[in-house]
Formats: sequence, C-alpha cells, structure tokens
Amino acid sequence: MSAFLKLLARNQLALAGLIVMGIVVVLALLTPLLPLADPDVTNTPARFTPPFSEGAWLGTDHLGRDLLSRLMWGTRLSLAVGFAAATIAATLGAAIGIISGFYGGRVDNIIMRFVDVLMAFPYILLALAIVAALGPGLMNALIAVAAVNIPFFARNIRGITVGIAHKEFVDAARLAGLSDAKIILTEILPNVLPVIVIAMSTTVGWMILETAGLSFLGLGSQPPQADLGSMLGEARNALITNPHTSIVPGVMILIIVMAINLLGDGVRDALDPRLKSGALNRPLPATLVARPAGYTAPAPDGEAVLQLAGLETQFHVGRRTYRAVGGVDLQISPGECVGLIGESGSGKSVTALSIMGLVASPPGKITGGSVFYKGQDLVGAPYERLRSLRGRRVAYIFQDPLATLHPLYTVGDQLIEAVRCHRNVPKSEARAHAIELLRAVRIPNAADRVDSYPHELSGGMRQRVGIAMALANDPEVIIADEPTTALDVTVQAQILTLLDDLRRDRGLAILFITHDFGVVAQLCDRVAVMYAGRIVEDGTVDDILAAPAHPYTKRLMACVPELGGGRRRLEAIPGLPPVVDNLPDGCAFADRCDKARDACRQGTIPLDPLGATRRVRCIDPELQEASA
Amino acid sequence: MTGYILKRLISAIPVLIGISIVVFLIMAMIPGDPATAILGSYATPENVAELNRDLGLDKPLVQRYFIWLSNLMQGDLGRSFNLNRPVLDEVLERFNATLILAGTSFVLCSVLGIAAGVISAARQYGIADKAITFAVLLGISIPSFFLGMMMILIFAVNLRWFPVSGMWPIYGTRDIWALIDHLTMPALALSVVATGVVARLSRSAMLEVLRQDFIRTARAKGVHERSIIWRHALRAAMVSIIPVLGIQAGFVLSGAVYIERVFQWPGIGQMLVDAILRRDILLVQGGVVFVAACYVLFNIIVDVAQSLLDPRIKT
Amino acid sequence: MSLALKLTGLTKDFPVGKRLLGPPRAVVHAVQPVTLDVETGETLGIVGESGCGKSTLARMLVGLLPPTEGAIEIEGEALNAANPAEFGKKIQYVFQDPLSSLNPRKTIRQIMDAPLKNLHGMAAPARRKRIAQIFAAVNLREEFLDRYPHEFSGGQAQRIGIARALAAEARILILDEPVSALDVSVQAQVLNLLADLKTEFGLTYLFITHDLAVVEAVSDRIAVLYFGALVELGPAERIFNAPRHPYTKLLADSAPVVGRDLSAPEGKETELPDPLNPPPGCSFAARCPRATERCRAEVPVLEDKGSGVAAACFHPLEG
Ligand SMILES: Nc1ncnc2c1ncn2[C@@H]1O[C@H](COP(=O)(O)OP(=O)(O)OP(=O)(O)O)[C@@H](O)[C@H]1O
Ligand code: SF4
Ligand code: SF4
Ligand SMILES: [Mg+2]
Repeated sequence: MSAFLKLLARNQLALAGLIVMGIVVVLALLTPLLPLADPDVTNTPARFTPPFSEGAWLGTDHLGRDLLSRLMWGTRLSLAVGFAAATIAATLGAAIGIISGFYGGRVDNIIMRFVDVLMAFPYILLALAIVAALGPGLMNALIAVAAVNIPFFARNIRGITVGIAHKEFVDAARLAGLSDAKIILTEILPNVLPVIVIAMSTTVGWMILETAGLSFLGLGSQPPQADLGSMLGEARNALITNPHTSIVPGVMILIIVMAINLLGDGVRDALDPRLKSGALNRPLPATLVARPAGYTAPAPDGEAVLQLAGLETQFHVGRRTYRAVGGVDLQISPGECVGLIGESGSGKSVTALSIMGLVASPPGKITGGSVFYKGQDLVGAPYERLRSLRGRRVAYIFQDPLATLHPLYTVGDQLIEAVRCHRNVPKSEARAHAIELLRAVRIPNAADRVDSYPHELSGGMRQRVGIAMALANDPEVIIADEPTTALDVTVQAQILTLLDDLRRDRGLAILFITHDFGVVAQLCDRVAVMYAGRIVEDGTVDDILAAPAHPYTKRLMACVPELGGGRRRLEAIPGLPPVVDNLPDGCAFADRCDKARDACRQGTIPLDPLGATRRVRCIDPELQEASA
Repeated sequence: MTGYILKRLISAIPVLIGISIVVFLIMAMIPGDPATAILGSYATPENVAELNRDLGLDKPLVQRYFIWLSNLMQGDLGRSFNLNRPVLDEVLERFNATLILAGTSFVLCSVLGIAAGVISAARQYGIADKAITFAVLLGISIPSFFLGMMMILIFAVNLRWFPVSGMWPIYGTRDIWALIDHLTMPALALSVVATGVVARLSRSAMLEVLRQDFIRTARAKGVHERSIIWRHALRAAMVSIIPVLGIQAGFVLSGAVYIERVFQWPGIGQMLVDAILRRDILLVQGGVVFVAACYVLFNIIVDVAQSLLDPRIKT
Repeated sequence: MSLALKLTGLTKDFPVGKRLLGPPRAVVHAVQPVTLDVETGETLGIVGESGCGKSTLARMLVGLLPPTEGAIEIEGEALNAANPAEFGKKIQYVFQDPLSSLNPRKTIRQIMDAPLKNLHGMAAPARRKRIAQIFAAVNLREEFLDRYPHEFSGGQAQRIGIARALAAEARILILDEPVSALDVSVQAQVLNLLADLKTEFGLTYLFITHDLAVVEAVSDRIAVLYFGALVELGPAERIFNAPRHPYTKLLADSAPVVGRDLSAPEGKETELPDPLNPPPGCSFAARCPRATERCRAEVPVLEDKGSGVAAACFHPLEG
C-alpha cells in the first residue's frame, strides 16, 4: 500500500490530478456550509449578469440564478451521481464477472451470452431505452448509466478471473481443503481487486460525462435542480448571446474529468507491475552505447571472424544497475563451433544479443568493450552498418520458435523478407530461394509448407524455419541462443544433427548457447563457461569435460545427473548465484566455493591462461598448468 | 471465408433475438396501461381499444412479444402517433443522416487515432509523443457536447467558417459541398473522444508488440526499422486495435446523440430524445431495435476483417 | 508390502468444441486406460514428452480432475468423488512452477496455515508449532513466514511448496516436474531434499518429469508415457539401459550424453499423432522402425513377458 502511494506520488501528472480532485471534492463537500446564494431562486431582472459582477462572481444564468452557487451545487450532484454509478457498476459487474469466470462451463456460457446481448447495443441506446421506460430524472439516469456499464465490468473482470482461476495456487488451495466460497474470497478476490480498482478509476470520469450527457439532453436532472450537464443544456440556447453560462459548467466538467483521468492513469501505472520495471519501453533499433570517455579499442585478432573484447552490458532499472555482462572476451574462428554454457541469468543471452546491438534498450546499454567482426568494431557503429550485417553476415536463431516468428505472416513471406532486405532480387526468385532453404533444413513438402503460418507447424518444424531464416543470406556466423531448450528430446536430437550437418557443409561458425553439457559435448569444438556475467573458464570441449579446472565448472558438472548414472545422490552446490546488481568483490563464486579464502574476495580475479588452449578465472584451479 | 461469414451471420441470430427481448422487456416495464402510455393522456377509449387489438396489448406478456416480433420481421414497427407516420419510415430517414455523421467520424477516428498512436509509440518520450499524449488526454476528458458548443462559438459565430447548425442550407442547393460544409464541425467534434481512445490504445498495443520476440527476430534479420514499425509491429498491433474500433463505432453512434442535439443534425439520436420526452414509445422501441441491429451487423464486418488479418482465427 | 496407490483403468477424455447444449463435437483421449500399482515407500518415475498426458494423470490422482472412467484406491481405500479436500489428507501435489503455485497476495504463513486449518482443523498455537517443525525439515528459516512469495527465488519457493504439501500430512506426494523450472545447481539441492524427506517421513513419491537423467537418478521404477498411454514400466536401472519398447529406445538415444556422438536416431517425421484423430493401432506406429501390419491395426497392451519389464509392443526389443 505505501509502495503504491509512493509510486503514485512519483507520477507528477497523477499527483496534479489528485490535488485538483482533492480540492474539487472538498469544495463539493463543503458547499452546504459556504455562504452561497440559493441556487434555485430565480431573479429574472438580473438575468445574464456577466462574470465578475458585484454579488455574482460568475454572473447569472437566464433566470438570474447565481452561477457560482449553481456550479458548486451542480458539481456536488454530478460527482455524487458519477461515483455512485461507478461503484454500483463495478460491484455488480465484478460479482458477475468473478462468478462467471470462476465457475466456467455452463454458468459462464449463459451469463456471457447475456452480457454479449447487452454489449451488442451501442451503449447509449440501452441507457435511452431505460430512461424512456423509467421516465426522465436524475435517479433514473444514474440507474441507466450504471446498468449500461455492468456488462463492460463483467466481461473485463471475467477475463481476469479466468486467468487467475487456472493458476496453480488455486489448485493448491483446493488441495488444502478450501471451499469454493473461501477460494473466491481469499484467493481470487485479492488478486482481482487491483484490476477492479484500475477499471473503476479509469471509468469514473467517463461515467460523470455520461450522466452529464443525459442531463444535457434533458433526460437527467430536472429543473430547477442543477447538475453540470443540465446547466450546460439550459445554457445552450443562450450560447451565442451569453457564452459564459455555457463555459462555466463546461470547463468545470473538463477539469473534473481530466483530473480523474490523470489520477486514474496514475493508479493504473502504479498497480500494473509491468509498468513498474519500465518493461513497456519501446526498444530502440540498436542498443545504446555508453563506453567511458577516451575508450580505445584493443587491437583485434586477425584470425577470428567474431571477437568480443572486454564486452560489458548493463541494465539500468530505476536506481539499480544490473551488470549482466561484465567484461567478456571470446573469439570465434571461421567454421568453429563455440559453446557458451551457464545457468539462468548468467548473461549468456545478453552477451549474444550485444554482438549485433539487439539488447533491448532502454534499459540495456553497452558500457564497455568491443565486438570485432573481421577486425571492425561494431560497438557504436552506425545503425545502417549494423543493419546491413544483421542476418547477412551474422545471423541469429532464438529459443522459442513460436514466439520468435511473426504470427501473422506465412513462413514463406518471412523467408522472402529475410532475403530481400539484403538483396535486391525479384519476389519470385526470393520465393524459389525460400523453398530451397526449407528443403535445406529438411522440411518435407517444402513447396507446400512455404505458405503455412507458424501456428500451423509443430515446434520442431518451426525451429527448422528459424534455422532456414538464419541461413537465408549465407552468413558466416550463426548465433544460436538455446535453440533446442523448448523442444522435446527426440526433436532436439534432430535439430542438433541438422545444425551439425549444416555447419560442416557450409563452413559456418556457430556460437551455441545452452545450459546442457551433453549438448555441448556433442556439438561444439570449444566451450566457455559463464557465471554472473563473466567467463570463468574456456578451452576445448574435450579438455574441459574431461578435467574441469574451475571449481564452478567442476561442481556444476557434478550436480547435473547424467543418463546412465543410475540412482544416486547429487553433489548439490549450496546457495544461489549472486544477483548481478550487487556483485561481490573478487570471485563471484566465493560464497559457494569450498576452496574460497581471503584472497578470493579481493580485487578482480583475472582470466588467466592455463596451458596452451585454456583460460581459467580462479586463483586455485582444480588442476595445475603442468597437468593441463 | 464465405463459410466463416455465414457462420458469423448465423451466430448473430440469437444476439438479435436477445436484443429484441431486452428492448421489449424494458418497454414493458413502463408503469400503467401500455395503450394509454403509447397514446398519451388525450386518447379516447376507442383509440385505446383499437390499439389494444392491433398490438395485442391485452394479451399476456409472452404472447405480446411474439406479436411484436412477427410484426418486426415483416418490417412493421408500428406507427408514431405523434408524427402520424410509420415508425420505419421515420427511422430510416433519420438513420441515414446519423450514418453520414457517425460514419465520417468513425473513419476520422480510425485513421487519425491509429496514425497518432503509431507515431507516438515509435517516438516514445519524444516531443511528438508528449504532444500526442497531451492532446489525447484533453480529447478524452472534454465532453463532446461542450466541445461542439465551443466550436460553434469560435468557428461559426466568430470566424464564420462554417454554418452554425443543420445538415443542409435552408435556401440553396443540397450538393455534396453544402453537406461537407455542414458536416465538418459536427463530425470533428464527434470524433475527438474516439480518436483519443484509439490513439491511446494503438500506442500501448504498439509498445506491447514492439517488445515481442518476433520483432527482435525481424531486427536480427536486418529488416529496416521503418518496416519494423509499419509492417511487422502495426500488423500485429491491429489484432488488438480492430476489436476496439468495433467498440468505438458504438461509442461514435452513442456520441452522435449529443452532437446531433448541439448541431441540430436531423439524425436518429435527436429523434429518440424527442420521442422519449414526448413519450412516443413505439418510436423509441423501433429506433432502438433498428440501430442495435445495424450495430450487430457492423460488428460482423469487424469480425470478418479480424479473421482476414489473423490467420489463427479458424475460418 | 502394502499398496499406496492402485489405479485401475484410469481414463480421461476431454471434450473439444463444447456446445451450449448437446454433446461436444469431439473428444480427446488425454489419458488412455492406465492400470498401475505404487507400493508404499516407493518412488515411481513417470516420463514422457510434452502433451503426453503426464499432468492430466497427476491431477486426477489428487482429485483436481474427475476421471472419465476407472478407479483410484489410496492406501486401500477407494476414492471416486473428485473432491480435493477428501484426497488432501492422503495425497498432495507439488507444482511445476513454484512461484505461480503460491498466491502472490498471501504471506507464507497464511499459505502454510491453509492445509493445517482446513484439513486438520488445528488451532493457532498448534499450527505455529507444526509449521516450525516442517520449516526445519525443509531447511527454511522461520523468518520467511511473514514475507510474500515474490521475495523468494525459485528454489526457495519450491521448498515452500514442498513444505505446504508436507503440512497436509499426506504420505503420498505427486511431484509434477518439481525441478524443471529450477536452475541446475538449485535442482540438485531440491532433489536431495526430496530424498531426505522421503526417508525421514516414509513418503511415497510419484515423480513426473520429462528429464530422463533426473528420473533415472531418483526413481525405483519408471513408467514411460506416450500419447496418453503407458508404453513401458520397469525397474529404473533397466528402463533406459535396456529398453524394450521402441519409443523408450528412441528417448534414450535422443538424450544428449557426454561422450556419445550426435546421431539423429530417427529420420522420419517426428509428429505426434493427431489427438482428434488417433491411429487405429499402436500410436507409435508411424514413427516406429519395427512397425508391421499388425501394429497398425491392433492396439498393443502393456504386459510383462517374464523379464520384469512390461512393454506395450508387439515386437519388443530384446531387453
Ligand atoms: N530487460 C532487462 N532488464 C533488466 N535486466 C535484465 C534484462 N534482461 C536481462 N537482464 C539481466 O541480465 C542478466 C543476464 O540475463 P541473460 O538473459 O543474459 O541470462 P541467460 O544466461 O541467457 O539466462 P537463461 O539461461 O535464463 O536464458 C540477468 O540477471 C537479468 O537480471
Ligand atoms: S577464486 Fe577462490 S573462490 Fe573463486 S573459484 Fe577459485 S578458489 Fe573458489
Ligand atoms: S507395437 Fe509395433 S509400432 Fe508399436 S512400438 Fe511395437 S513394434 Fe512399434
Ligand atoms: Mg537466455
């Protein structure tokens, strides 16, 4: 709650809305106590007194009634009616929505059909019909506006409830013996409540407008009683001769509704957790670069097609800085397959995405180091240069093949686009090439499948399309970020075989990201192990798997069960990986390492060579140089 | 595709029946003797008896509904005693005027709203975004009837750019230019709120889509940013924008009631309000059923458009 | 040895394309008749790929889903009404996603209280004591009790989920992919904890997973599920070393293992059969290298031909 208020207060617009609304509400509450003229007493000789006159600050209306007084009383009435309508609609709508969404099945079906019918009316027709039946009057207008809004709430809340009712914690509550009524009250309602509050705060303003509208039409409050809408309605006839009688109530409605809308948006932002982390930022076309002033790139290695040198990428979220990648050095030679292995959150994906500037920015930022493609630094390169290399020289394959393909274009269109954004070829030629590519990744009936949409393919087929897309322009390097993690083992085996064949046929270099040592062993030539944003060990796959040198590598391998090992107890690593917004000094693994000593917690432990082909970031590696 | 349209049309039948029941029931809530309510207090006992016979008002509720429904199916919405003409004739004439006004506003709000939303999202936190966001906030907070009145004051009375009210000039030719002249202000005033809502939603739909993995895939392919925004992102965002356009069509139709009043536009909203104040029940009933049915059909068009856009919807 | 669980012909069909009135348009046979005994104190592993019916089976066992046909006997007592409260004291469930199985708006204490209060009707002081005991058993600090779920890492949240299941005092736990959402280093911690709890409280586990290496490391017996049916059942050490069902062999050959060369064990399409339109005979026939005419016409039943391993196959491999 206090966090919510803090967030709300930080939003200046919402705060302004809150203050304005507070003043209006206080004035409306105090109206009966203020020394105002009677709002309903007519005084025809003094009609249409202009504003700022003696005894009538805002002037008088066509019957000589004091506008200020009518405005205050009218505001009071409009606010009361608007809030009442919103509360009634929200309560009833939410109750209907929760019941419908929680019970589902036939109950849901019947309720929702009924809601559909009510929503099939343009809403004012329903309101007009209700007013027509009940007769004009403010109370009836309130009923009409509330009734018309119930279906909107019901449908909205039902949707949310269905989502929550299928969450596992609801099942858990059932298993703990809770009754349906208790589940609704203690599990569902607390989780739906923020949505109800959001829906209410974003619709109150609208309901005030609607009731004002009905009064404006003469169907709401009846003379001489004033609400803002009826004041405006009565003033309409004198619009041209005495505009102030219209402007006064009109501006008041505008102020109230605007304040409520600002406040409502603030409430929504504060309650919607997605907005809290700034996740709704639009990612820029290329990752922002902010290397320290005077940064000079090291000399690139001539042989590598891709070389990362001291690459650092950070996320700035609020006041925290996540050092997702904290200085990664890695080289990939032509035709080589390098594995990058590590636990979740160790920075594998961010490393991979940094290479072509694909890290979402904001909040991501490359804050140091270089990425050399054939000796040219890509960090900070102009967007057009990056774009022309993306997909043409360096291509990506991502993890979840359903989310990574555009759902509304056929796979053919997406392949054709991949070709045509780098080469100016006619569409028919690109299409032929697309079919060719689908054949290359062994998709049966390629000529038919080219017109399929992604959702029509199985997971394995989709990932083949993803691979075909990466191959579209004959790249030199493919960066594959856990391409088989979302797939079943039998499909994974096929995709891995395909990748292995393709790389040998085409001389591709691959950066293969995974968390599975078995996969690394089967596919890669070299492997780098990542922990907390840094590489802790790299070398050839055979060396490292046979004799890991870094304590983390060794223990990680020991705690993963391997097929064929039989029933056994695993060597767990105690503790958790550190969070990268608060890395300790020295070795990041020290808290979990049984060999840790004081020297491990000081300075920066360098990634030192160990033998000819390996490097390890540890002051006390598991094996010494001689034996490496 | 024809199969899908057919399916959608069939599924609209229960909704239409539901609408007729709801309208009928609401009208049946009117207290007192229905014939007197319809005819007004000046009715002679003979008039009342005749109407009772015609509409079966002395029969039980269910039977009365079916009589009304079968008349409805034959296009007989009854007779307005106030206007002394068939309800259907009046409704058709008035709906025509509303359609011109609301249709124009709907097109305006869709085009302007989506464009504003996309630009706003593409330049998030830039000057264009801030300006659009502020304009949108203003637009959705101002009562359209007040806006209409202010427009009259400024553009008709002071600047004399447009006529104050009406649909046609009182004297002079009724050509398209005359219509546009009269239409501009009410159509703009009516579209403001809806444009705001559409712009807001388009902006957030675009922001939502731009974070998706398939956008990153497109970038990784080397697709140009312009194409990312207008081809990849907008197309995917349209999936959530189109249903909102359907809802906004209902809001535009609803808002037309106020705007018609302000600009003296001879549309169906004006007709309904007058009919309610004069307690011309059959006219209200007929008008509501007719417009609601048209809106249901419009929503079928929206659904079909959605299914053309999104192959995941089973056709 | 007493039986903890006895399933007889347990079946679940899901209607698809429900209509407001009248019968549904089609049915999916999510779980085909499963007959299975689980002995007290045993860990039975259930493996299968996504969509093979693992979770549906598990949810029936705790009463979250009513079976279409068949019977469940728990510790010798038949339980046919799908009423989780009735099942709750005997059998509990540990969920795959530890965070989504904890209500974000309740404190850990409220979450732990629920089974004690509703299943056992304990008063507050007794609950407090019991929770302290359980938390000690799963290595969680008591100060966590007043926090909210989002403050915990996946591994800690999963311990809380296990603690909640223990609180119900059920002696049978259904573990539905309990470590799949966890990091490998944390996965080992949780697996070891589960093993310790089992000895300490004499529990029986049904351990569901898609990870062959994990299931082999924790189970006494393993059941392989394919397309809603049990295709092979036998002692853990034999299942993957000497598979008898061709599907089990395919699984074993597909798992990436250090020191074994990459070879796609299958050339054909890997599609699962269409659940709305299942093949008439063995559901694996389209992918099976040993398939014959008979396989395509008749459904093989699970039987043990004397080797101690039961397989549903007309032409099993030599075990
Ligand atoms: N958009 C983001 N905003 C803030 N922090 C982020 C963002 N994306 C990643 N991070 C941080 O970067 C760190 C590294 O994440 P990354 O995705 O590279 O890990 P990973 O090794 O690929 O993990 P996984 O195995 O789960 O894919 C994480 O600790 C995370 O907190
Ligand atoms: S540097 Fe020290 S703490 Fe780190 S891994 Fe090596 S021995 Fe362990
Ligand atoms: S029954 Fe036939 S098709 Fe099925 S697994 Fe055995 S051999 Fe293969
Ligand atoms: Mg990753």
